Amino acid sequence: MLQDRDRIFQNLYGYGDWGLEGAKKRGAWDNTKGLLEKGREWIINEMKASGLRGRGGAGFPTGLKWSFMPKPDAARPSYLVVNADESEPGTCKDREILRNDPHLLVEGCLVAGFAMGASAAYIYVRGEFIWERERLQAAVDQAYEANLIGKDNIHDYPFEVIVHHGAGAYICGEETALLESLEGKKGMPRLKPPFPANMGLYGCPTTVNNVESIAVAPTILRRGAAWFAGFGAKNNAGTKLFSISGHVNKPCNVEEAMSIPFRELIEKHAGGVRGGWDNLLAVIPGGSSVRCVPAEQIIDCPMDFDSLGKLQSGLGTAAVIVMDKSTDIIRAIARLSHFYKHESCGQCTPCREGTGWMYRVMERMVEGRAQKKEIDMLFDVSKQIEGHTICALGDAAAWPVQGLINHFRPVIEARIDSYTARSDKDAVKVAAE
Amino acid sequence: MTKIIVDGAELDVPAEYTLLQACEAAGKEIPRFCYHERLSIAGNCRMCLVEVKGGPPKPMASCANTVRDLRPGPNGEPPVVLTNSPMVKKAREGVMEFLLINHPLDCPICDQGGECDLQDQALAYGRDRSRYSESKHAVENKYIGPLVKTEMTRCIHCTRCVRFTAEICGTSDMGMIGRGEDSEITTYLEQAMTSELQGNVADLCPVGALLPKPQNFRARPWEYNKTPGIDVMDALGSAIRIDTRGREVMRILPRVNEAVNEEWISDKTRQIVDGLKTQRLDRPFVRENGKLRPATWQQAFGAIAAKVRTTPAGKIGFIGGDLCSVEDLFAAKALAEALGTKNIDARQDGARLDPALGRASYIFNPTVEGVDRADALLIVGSNPRWESPVLNARIRRRWRAGQFPIALIGEPFDLTYSYDYLGAGAEILAGIAKNQESGEGFGEILAKVERPMILVGQGALAREDGAAILALAAKLGAPKGDWTGLAVLHTAASRVGALDIGFVPGAGGLDAQQMAKAGAQDVVFLVGADEISVEPGAFVVYIGSHGDRGAHRADVILPGAAYTEKSGTYVNTEGRAQMSDRAAFPPGEAREDWAIFRALSASLGKPLPFDSLAQLRGKLYASYPWLGAIDAIAASDTARLAALPGGALGQGALVSAISDFYLTNPIARASRVMGECSALAKARRTAQAAE
Amino acid sequence: MSTRRLAENQPESFEFTPENRAWLDAQIAKYPPGRQQSAVIPALWKAQKQHDYWLPRAAIEKVADILGMPYIRVLEVATFYTMFNLEPVGKYYVQLCGTTPCLLRGADEIIRVCHERIGPQRQVTADGLFSWAEVECLGACCNAPMVQINDDYYEDLDAASFSKLLDDLAAGRPTHIGPQNGRLRSEPFGGLTSLTEFYGADGKSGPLSDMTAAHQPACPEK
Repeated sequence: MLQDRDRIFQNLYGYGDWGLEGAKKRGAWDNTKGLLEKGREWIINEMKASGLRGRGGAGFPTGLKWSFMPKPDAARPSYLVVNADESEPGTCKDREILRNDPHLLVEGCLVAGFAMGASAAYIYVRGEFIWERERLQAAVDQAYEANLIGKDNIHDYPFEVIVHHGAGAYICGEETALLESLEGKKGMPRLKPPFPANMGLYGCPTTVNNVESIAVAPTILRRGAAWFAGFGAKNNAGTKLFSISGHVNKPCNVEEAMSIPFRELIEKHAGGVRGGWDNLLAVIPGGSSVRCVPAEQIIDCPMDFDSLGKLQSGLGTAAVIVMDKSTDIIRAIARLSHFYKHESCGQCTPCREGTGWMYRVMERMVEGRAQKKEIDMLFDVSKQIEGHTICALGDAAAWPVQGLINHFRPVIEARIDSYTARSDKDAVKVAAE
Repeated sequence: MTKIIVDGAELDVPAEYTLLQACEAAGKEIPRFCYHERLSIAGNCRMCLVEVKGGPPKPMASCANTVRDLRPGPNGEPPVVLTNSPMVKKAREGVMEFLLINHPLDCPICDQGGECDLQDQALAYGRDRSRYSESKHAVENKYIGPLVKTEMTRCIHCTRCVRFTAEICGTSDMGMIGRGEDSEITTYLEQAMTSELQGNVADLCPVGALLPKPQNFRARPWEYNKTPGIDVMDALGSAIRIDTRGREVMRILPRVNEAVNEEWISDKTRQIVDGLKTQRLDRPFVRENGKLRPATWQQAFGAIAAKVRTTPAGKIGFIGGDLCSVEDLFAAKALAEALGTKNIDARQDGARLDPALGRASYIFNPTVEGVDRADALLIVGSNPRWESPVLNARIRRRWRAGQFPIALIGEPFDLTYSYDYLGAGAEILAGIAKNQESGEGFGEILAKVERPMILVGQGALAREDGAAILALAAKLGAPKGDWTGLAVLHTAASRVGALDIGFVPGAGGLDAQQMAKAGAQDVVFLVGADEISVEPGAFVVYIGSHGDRGAHRADVILPGAAYTEKSGTYVNTEGRAQMSDRAAFPPGEAREDWAIFRALSASLGKPLPFDSLAQLRGKLYASYPWLGAIDAIAASDTARLAALPGGALGQGALVSAISDFYLTNPIARASRVMGECSALAKARRTAQAAE
Repeated sequence: MSTRRLAENQPESFEFTPENRAWLDAQIAKYPPGRQQSAVIPALWKAQKQHDYWLPRAAIEKVADILGMPYIRVLEVATFYTMFNLEPVGKYYVQLCGTTPCLLRGADEIIRVCHERIGPQRQVTADGLFSWAEVECLGACCNAPMVQINDDYYEDLDAASFSKLLDDLAAGRPTHIGPQNGRLRSEPFGGLTSLTEFYGADGKSGPLSDMTAAHQPACPEK
């Protein structure tokens, strides 16, 4: 069990002071200058050694990402952009950082910005988080007030932190869509290459990091890479915020060591599965974009990137959506299909057209108003989207459907059978030939 | 150059090539909808997917990745691209299926049918039946202007139109609103597009979502006879394709000519079509008792002969029009010479251009393609957006590429790029010429750069002090190495050709404006000249195609051929001789203009020495050999620019030669479509002025 | 997402209040010179808040004029982002999260209450007080089900507490923003399972507990 003193987010629940004084009491802004004085290279190496993998879902090594940034250039500034567009269904961890421990993020911005030679950090907060944005702005204002950031700050590294916000578009969580949005356009993902490290915000070198990835950086640097790397399985280091939602007795956010077994995580912090472990049906372990995992496979699975990857699922944002046996799993996934249809930006063909198609078929399957051969067709359609789009939203829309079909085909078939047996059914539509 | 293996064949391509270009270089056809080589890369249709070996296990958009982006194999082997692997085939079929699920099955009533990219690609990648059993989308049609009709359910969201209006036109007329499957292509709140190039979006649209409105439901693409032609709506000489069905010109499309119009044409060029059918002069007329009455050719010739016989040569004048071919004017000039008059002129507007000063003094010396290489631009008394929209788009592209300071003297106007506005008067130009020496302001910029361009409009030249302005501009745009910056932008398609063949007054002869004065002439031949009003008194013979200003003033009308109805040579503003084919026949009794002059000359007892167009051209090329070098620009002696006579500058603002883009010539004025465009543009300007 | 159009009845004009205009100028200054377009979302948002929580055409054009953008580009933004209401909404605009995590915890019940109390989606009640819409995940999944009413999140709802909330709003009574079941934030209900060293099991009794700060309004304006 992770000790409280090894938890990075010590005000996760907001019972303490979110402000600068409180944050300092908890260790933030403690000799940040000393960290910077150790130099860029040291910071990046330390981050690499810590094994921190990006907390936004993809799990790309954070230190490595920072190292991609070109050398600072006066004509072409570099930017750090923090992705606080937390919109992945199931995920609500960054919100707690923004409102309860914002100084960890602000300090993290300075440290990370310094390490990559950035002149400013833009923090893109999802539009709906109005209060969280105000709170973060208040923390940024405090930091400016205390001269921790800004032009001539006490850290001798001129650095601006700017809080920006969206207005309701999940796709802006995709890093290049976020940059487009930040530039005042529709949030439509860009083609890659060029990658943001070469051509990002305003055409300048940019690194986009998740809130949590940045917020943990100062603590990692203070306590040492080895300390952080000491948690979790190999290649899955550190502590992690888990958002536990759905059919548990006590849904909550909690910081735990990586690789904690699913059962332990739920028992210890979420009060167990509603109705007991026998009542567990399936879990979506990493936010809506990963494939669901049936109960028997997940119960003893370590919650980390590699273990969940082996189950054809993923840790994603560590948003654990628990579903008990009362769940209409088809409807639960169909609702996600609706989500992706609603949030598809409409730019590229497979996603724009395919998400709507999948959603409509899924809606019929919730009722059972379908033919069994359409299950394979649906799977095929999801495969036609996956890997064919500009950004990963297409994949994210495809995977939940694939997970459902892989693991719960009999449920779908039974639903179709019972619909077919109904006397009041509409004629099952047949494709126009 | 970089090596790459496409479908097993190794080839060398430039590293900056996209995979799509590389595959094409290897002879592989890559299907595409959103990709267009003149627009930014969107990569959104996903039709051009190819497989790249050694990369991630998914296909790549070949339009959006360059050869440089590919990694070589483990032992440095060239990267391997497959365009017909099972992965590629499956991916493209998938994309095609997605494009079709919400696309209506209305090809039988779709005007795009037969020239539809989606239809063509569906043959290669489509399934024979649909698996989609949900309801199809329907999208509201949008009003986007009088030239382009929308059928938005057919839209596949390739965004070519959005990119075109934003990038090429610079008007940002179109956009994609909404999100996801509800995204809709539209203009802002369904206002009409504002660009003079808007018609091109219908060409760009790969499906039948955007179609030319005036041609709505008129014909099928395979019914057309296609004739290559040259546009005469402005002096750029855009390459066009004239599509006819039977005797009727149905539509005009651009042809690719990289040196001139690339693949765009202006809306006037494109949608003048209905003007070719209205207000046509289809038989001779003779004025009797103040009224024009239909006549036979013999009667008309007789009336002219009677008048000419009693008129001394010095009282006979010829005014050349703006849309004439070189052959027309050559024949007219030959007749004038035969009659012994020196009063000939094709400069209706009074532009102070003189062929005696050398060809470099009246052409667009940097050439149209040279715009791409210019590194500074001074616009003098011109509104290139109206005087040559396609050229203006090229200037805009050069401006977007950066490092291209632009300044303007004359009327301020939204040219779709930003510029320094220096003022309205000619004295500003003199100031810049001084600055050039002292190294200040824009003059300093012009002095410093290697390839300055001084774009002089007819508005600056058709003034008393036109020659002085030209001399100043020539000084600023004097030859620097092989670059000459003086760029005269003409508005009349016939003008450079007219100057080339010396269709200007002979020694002691009168110019056009002098001829038009009351009492100056007894007989005036208006050769398609509709932009000048001949004061009362003279006996006016109008030879032309449309019942416009010239015909209204005429005492005898000889019906001629419009530009689509004759083979003709046109020399564009840069001095490029181009030849247009005949696509249709003149209506009724109308004849090709050169033939009219030939016949008239016989009636006047001075038969011209050619009986066919070929003979005429033989004489033409003998006198002016460079006109026989079709598609070429003859070298001109730029050194003579230094000797241009100057003079005193006058007062008053320099204004553009064009006050209404849509109605600059008789054909345009006969076109209902152009009239509608003109009214819309006027209303827009009034609304803007009111703000 | 459905087809989005501007409202039929539009005000004649829109002008930012002097304070909001000053605020917008300060926002624009946050971005590098020439990048004022970056402020388009904040500007539209401010306009919407100033204009009874919906965005009229005049505001779209005003923002475009201020930022030097073609109108169509601003319209694209206004129709792309779903937080921009293009038609009037109720004085209390209920955005109800219906995505799977909330669905699993009873969003259906909340939807039922909305139908009963307010009526069909996106229709303002006759008294102008309420309108509602089902929206996608609002990022408070550990406090599901939840709604956002104007700027405020109300979490850990059930039919009864949501009904009471609507009653309170209608009656102009103060409401408690946040979880409606006694939780402070997203900690486990009934007692902490971590961070007890700092805050005690109840959160209120540890060395770092600071209940004044904890109950401080998250939004300084409120």
